[in-house]
Amino acid sequence: MSADSPEEITAHVKVYINVFIALMVLTVVTVAISYVDFAVPLAITVALIIATLKGSLVASYFMHLVSEKSPIYWTLVLTAVFFVFLMFVPLLTMLDHIGN
Amino acid sequence: MEIPYTVETRADTGLNNVKLGIWLFLASEVMLFGGLFSSYILLRVGAVEWPFGSDILSVPLATFNTIVLIGSSVTMVMAWASLKLKDLPKYKLYMGLTVALALVFLVVKMYEYADKFSHHLYPSESTFLGIYFLITGLHGLHIVGGVIVNSFLLLPGAKMWETAPERFTNRVEAAGLYWHFVDLVWIFLFPVLYLL
Repeated sequence: MSADSPEEITAHVKVYINVFIALMVLTVVTVAISYVDFAVPLAITVALIIATLKGSLVASYFMHLVSEKSPIYWTLVLTAVFFVFLMFVPLLTMLDHIGN
Repeated sequence: MEIPYTVETRADTGLNNVKLGIWLFLASEVMLFGGLFSSYILLRVGAVEWPFGSDILSVPLATFNTIVLIGSSVTMVMAWASLKLKDLPKYKLYMGLTVALALVFLVVKMYEYADKFSHHLYPSESTFLGIYFLITGLHGLHIVGGVIVNSFLLLPGAKMWETAPERFTNRVEAAGLYWHFVDLVWIFLFPVLYLL
């Protein structure tokens, strides 16, 4: 990280500006698409896909994850596995009752 | 005895203590907010009825706040880049902007909360309001924490630039990673609570 030259940092700055523009566009899309009359499960899926896209841009470029060392990456993979558990295992216990 | 790898990286992992420390902390934060998101999912799925967020909450205000917070993430990463380019005045400008934008976010949030309370819409009124105030409140507290750290790095903490510039740059990077995470949480909070 300390080996970044001024040219590399200036190149990174261009990336940051582009990511910012992309995030602004996606924010507009997020709000606009909420006015479309989707069925609830589809609306949730679409909203989460856009949010995941925005989040990935922040994580990859602002948080430098694209160029990060592998121990960090694999720590996050482990976290993601547990996060999936956290979201879905409790939900599985309620599968019989979804919708009523 | 000096603690090794505070600035220089370990040969085997390529990391220094700052990098590893902040990412492990962020991993625990993922589980914290993940737990609350999971609660939201369970509450909503198990509820007989659930309001549309847009009927109770202000989408325009939250959209504005989303833009403000993403903007503050950009200024934060620009602050770090300025330090890498050894430009202290630029760093102070961008860090100052980051703190300012964070305060704008908080002011808007306080206005939102006050507006709810004035209509007797307290957390106790409904499950939706309960989880809304809890998640956004905890997120707001994280913003306050970030403001405190960033203000420290802007003012008294910036003295370290003269004695240990690389260590100071690493500190700013760590604060930046925390700040981007707080932004990331809001990127998910906004559609989930306000738009769905």
